[in-house]
Amino acid sequence: MYLAERGPAAAPASGDVPTSDDVQPGRTDRAAQPGRALRAISGTVFALGTVSFITDISSEMVTAVLPLYLVAGLGLSPLGFGLLDGVYNGVSGLVRLFGGHLADRGRRHKAVAVIGYGLSAVCKPLLLVAGTLPVIGAVLAADRTGKGLRTAPRDAMISLASPPETRGRAFGVHRAMDTGGALLGPLVAFLVLNVAADGYDAVFTVSFCVAVLGVLVLLLFVPGGRAPEAGATEAGATEAGATEEKAPPVTLRSALALLRLPDVRRLTVSATLLGLTTVSDAFVYLMLQHRLGISEHWFPLLPLGTAAAFLLLALPLGVLADKVGRRRVFLGGHLALLLAYGLLLAPLHVGALPFVVLALHGTFYAATDGVLPAAAAGAVPAELRASGLALIGTGQALARFCCSLAFGAAWTAIGDRASLGIAMAGLALCAAWAAYALRGQEAPVSR
Amino acid sequence: MNTRNRLIILLAAVVLLGTVAFASVMHAANRAGEHDQAQPGGPSVTSGSVSLQDQGRIIFRNMAWGPYRDDLVSVPVNDPGGPRIASPVRCLRFYSAAGIGVCLRKEVGALQETYFASVLDSRLHTLRDFPVAGIPTRARVAPSGHLAAWTVFVGGDSYAGTNFSTRTSIVDTRTWALTPSLETYKIIKDGKPYHSADANFWGVTFADDGHFYATLATKGQTYLVHGDIAAQTMTTMRTNVECPSLSPDGTRLVFKKRVPGTDPDVPWRLYALDLATMKETPLAETRGVDDQVVWSDDHTVLYGLAGDYGEDLWAVPADGTGSPTRVAVAALNPAFLR
Repeated sequence: MYLAERGPAAAPASGDVPTSDDVQPGRTDRAAQPGRALRAISGTVFALGTVSFITDISSEMVTAVLPLYLVAGLGLSPLGFGLLDGVYNGVSGLVRLFGGHLADRGRRHKAVAVIGYGLSAVCKPLLLVAGTLPVIGAVLAADRTGKGLRTAPRDAMISLASPPETRGRAFGVHRAMDTGGALLGPLVAFLVLNVAADGYDAVFTVSFCVAVLGVLVLLLFVPGGRAPEAGATEAGATEAGATEEKAPPVTLRSALALLRLPDVRRLTVSATLLGLTTVSDAFVYLMLQHRLGISEHWFPLLPLGTAAAFLLLALPLGVLADKVGRRRVFLGGHLALLLAYGLLLAPLHVGALPFVVLALHGTFYAATDGVLPAAAAGAVPAELRASGLALIGTGQALARFCCSLAFGAAWTAIGDRASLGIAMAGLALCAAWAAYALRGQEAPVSR
Repeated sequence: MNTRNRLIILLAAVVLLGTVAFASVMHAANRAGEHDQAQPGGPSVTSGSVSLQDQGRIIFRNMAWGPYRDDLVSVPVNDPGGPRIASPVRCLRFYSAAGIGVCLRKEVGALQETYFASVLDSRLHTLRDFPVAGIPTRARVAPSGHLAAWTVFVGGDSYAGTNFSTRTSIVDTRTWALTPSLETYKIIKDGKPYHSADANFWGVTFADDGHFYATLATKGQTYLVHGDIAAQTMTTMRTNVECPSLSPDGTRLVFKKRVPGTDPDVPWRLYALDLATMKETPLAETRGVDDQVVWSDDHTVLYGLAGDYGEDLWAVPADGTGSPTRVAVAALNPAFLR
């Protein structure tokens, strides 16, 4: 396994670390070729990417067969099961904040991530013995809790293991590997079902084995302890005044005080506002289907189109973010989304339209999902990194959830086109405001 | 720990986990293989000719293990437990009336399982295939054979997706005009137009070529609705009615009703509803039933209950008297050829 060979030594020497804004024309050609772009990535990031790749195979295997298992395997009527979805969404947002805070206390990022990945892993064999809907719902809730717990410490570890000027591509590598796993999971699941008809128990067992392997890679190949790499790679970067004095104890109060930092506040408010106007994926796909009369069979494949574009563009857009600024790319991603909305509303009937819309939708994810934490990492002091990333991520996630509720209500009240028109206007306004709020220097370093 | 030791641990884990995963798949594959071996003492099945115009016979999905598992089979009405004649048509859900059949079936692909609703002629040849978006659950044909309806479950596609909805479609078998989803019909609830994002429909039963009954679920409540195809409306009639099935004389519905204090996985009991008096009568079946019943005549309904090999077919009088009797083992979705 090559991962272990790529230690932190693969990271650039500290002389390479810029001391100010990472928009540096003289440096741009350094990452021109993908090979060079990858060489600048720390081994920790590849290890975390591998963990996410493996874990996503495992979890998407279960997601892909779950409806089939409930209906065909257990003979249950799963209707009304979605009622708890909203509750889970709220809880997983709180869990993410809790996980971020817990990780920062005593810098236990790896430990909290192991608990998160481990919790999701042990949920897989529990699915084998859970035969009734309430128990299955509880197991899925626990699985989600694990995901909520691990997200912030994992992103914090990625940012702490990467020097500021390569964070965009570090998150790009991680998100590409993560999405690759998500694309592979359903394939593995249906391969198992092809070999063993009705072999849902085999799907869950294989998923469990894969998840355990993910936890093991995390334990073996991601440096832990008191986040030693943070000191190594961030020593040269005097950012946000984080590493100068001895880190004060991390308290809940200090985590909340992050919002007093103007940069954190601006990013949180921008991400939340933009989240409020980001129509959930399901509605984008429904809209595509309504507009174009896509066959029922193609409908389940639409998310794969988004994921494929996300996978292909995550690294290039991460590299671009390092060159021209993360906030610009983050805003550019929302412009791609705006364009996708526009195409869904435009009176066009071109065969290529669904591909263009899905490509733009994937571009939106590639330009925002990893780029936001990369931008946020520059604004949050290292000792509060996980808390800060959790804060911004949770604000965005809860805003998106509110948007999906409001959009669903608007859809039935005034129709799909009018609702999307309003969302589009809202997105344009929020993007304009965010462009104003996030203007100027990125990650002001020495004030 | 040095890199070499880490790799050794990883390699050992890959071998161990790989063995467990491989063994679980092989175990499941063997079990699936056993399902293709006929069980001793099971119903006898031979391949033969099956037609939707074989009057005096019942057609259903054969669930008995063996080479004809999941094939459509026919048996005499007066000996439903007797020898089965198997057709080469395999369905997950099936119904037939007036020489028209509807077969909800799956095709296993590399990426996913895909599902179709196939409308069949009396020789079980496919007249038209309709792709459907989820796992089949209910199928019906109008008494005239002019309309067919089906319901599928559509699963959520988010992480650990737990959002399920139903999609119910109706097709005219003369013009092939398709209503892909009943969600396009106007809902009239308590005399007023009603809109909700969470409206789901399932379990259509046809009265004639212009009218049907079905279930509407919204805001955690189920309703019996009366559908008008020409007006494209559905009007709510009463609450707590699922999977209605209309008697051949059109006077009564038998449906499953949610009863508190029962098994949360199968919280339904069978009830009859007299459409003239709107009076409800519990049927003599005391177990939980999750099926849309089929009327064998104007007095008896058939339904599925979990058995040793898939579902068994049971019958009970539709007026609340008598007691349930088992009609056939390993059988699902009967259609009476009249």
